[in-house]
Amino acid sequence: MKPAAFAYLAPTTLGEALAMLDGVQDDGKVLAGGQSLVPAMNFRLARPATLVDLNGLSELDHVSGDSDRGVVIGALVRHAAFHAPPFEGPLAELLAKVVRDIAHYPIRQRGTFGGSLAHADPASEWCLVAATLGATMHLASVAGTRTVAAADFFRGTFTTALAPNEILVRVDLPPLPAGWRTGFYEFSRRKGDFALAMALATLQIDGGAIRAVRLGVGGVSDRPRRLETVEAFLAGKPPTPATFAEAAELARGAVAVTADIHASEAYRSDLLGTVVRRALAEAAA
Amino acid sequence: MPDKIAITLDVNGKSYDVNVEPRRSLADVLREDCGLTGTHLGCEHGVCGACTVLVDGRPVRACLMFGVQAEGKAIRTVEGLADGDVLHPLQKAFWENHGLQCGFCTPGFLMLAVGALEENPAMSEAELRDVLSSNLCRCTGYQNIVKAVRLAADEMRARRA
Ligand SMILES: Cc1cc2nc3c(=O)[nH]c(=O)nc-3n(C[C@H](O)[C@H](O)[C@H](O)COP(=O)(O)OP(=O)(O)OC[C@H]3O[C@@H](n4cnc5c(N)ncnc54)[C@H](O)[C@@H]3O)c2cc1C
Ligand code: FES
Ligand code: FES
Repeated sequence: MKPAAFAYLAPTTLGEALAMLDGVQDDGKVLAGGQSLVPAMNFRLARPATLVDLNGLSELDHVSGDSDRGVVIGALVRHAAFHAPPFEGPLAELLAKVVRDIAHYPIRQRGTFGGSLAHADPASEWCLVAATLGATMHLASVAGTRTVAAADFFRGTFTTALAPNEILVRVDLPPLPAGWRTGFYEFSRRKGDFALAMALATLQIDGGAIRAVRLGVGGVSDRPRRLETVEAFLAGKPPTPATFAEAAELARGAVAVTADIHASEAYRSDLLGTVVRRALAEAAA
Repeated sequence: MPDKIAITLDVNGKSYDVNVEPRRSLADVLREDCGLTGTHLGCEHGVCGACTVLVDGRPVRACLMFGVQAEGKAIRTVEGLADGDVLHPLQKAFWENHGLQCGFCTPGFLMLAVGALEENPAMSEAELRDVLSSNLCRCTGYQNIVKAVRLAADEMRARRA
């Protein structure tokens, strides 16, 4: 279908964009890659009266930093920028691995990192990365900029801490220096589909034991979740299949999974255990 | 109703002056305003890839971009692939390897493959299949599309060398 009519604004600076968005308030929407918003508009699920197009804001299209210092990702950086990240180390390897499961190649040329987080699809890979690693979001409005931790940013399905007059301008990912190992496993029915369940794990292994760990799951409930209780269980344990099987059972107990037309509660819970086990095993391998 | 906006599009190296509503997709602008009906529309929500065109060298869904966003960009469509009567290696390979039946998906597959091969001429079989999984074909069963693209990739590499 075709979208309803809207007024189109194309700012070229962030200041201009913020003033425009503030002027239109509730019936205005920001347009980034358009890979979620435009389908919703074509279905007439979304009918914004005004679109403020961010694509002219080249100032938001940069990645800086590295695995040792952490990276700063501008909101307008396209998914495809992570096919070959502009830095090295475990964080780069993780992002390059995860990006391959986001939609398809042409969609990744347009879709943006910031758009994914702002859209907050429960099955978004970037949202899982942000929640598991503990990203910091920078939200700008005409009143100034504030920072929000990932744990407070995701509020539920398609719901975030962003106010209608705010723009997500950048995301900081914490360091993941040499010595960290990473694992990511996603299950979807067809390549490029949204995940029915996925898990992300980062591990430091020393002297045959897990010294530090981060574990998160996505696609199984209303928002991505870091599983601190399972992390606490894993700390100090040997990185063995038995440990990971136990962690998977704990993860299943820790998350109340949602049922939908693609997966019943029982099936999704089963998948949750499997993706946790496989992500951990990949990180330990 | 918001006013139409006057824009100039650069399609296949040719300039088109058009007056369009902001809500008109790039695919519709190409078809309705530029008269370039080679770009097809299937689902209009990003799933099928029939509308794939190149924008600044990269394959994108033309149903998920508005025409007004494409001003100042180099757009390439299936109409720009052949050199006069000489088919592009990809077109020739689709023709020779039965890479199409009804042909509805073909412009999208061609532009997808051109863009991906221009970015990485030496794609592995797995990478190639991954890229081609972006688009849908309801006729061929995909095997001959994969085969045609693989053969065209070899030919394109040989020409470059
Ligand atoms: C066929 C298909 C398959 C897909 N599969 C996946 C998948 O497997 N995994 C996945 O994660 N995604 C998938 N996507 C969605 C894709 O990743 C989108 O790019 C992403 O969800 C939104 O990013 P965008 O830049 O396209 O944002 P847009 O579509 O432009 O915007 C999405 C929403 O976020 C708001 N917004 C965007 N940027 C900002 C900002 N900087 N500040 C404030 N608000 C903002 C917009 O107002 C809008 O409400 C798929 C899309 C398609 C069409
Ligand atoms: S018509 Fe654009 S992806 Fe189907
Ligand atoms: S040839 Fe008919 S849809 Fe592909």
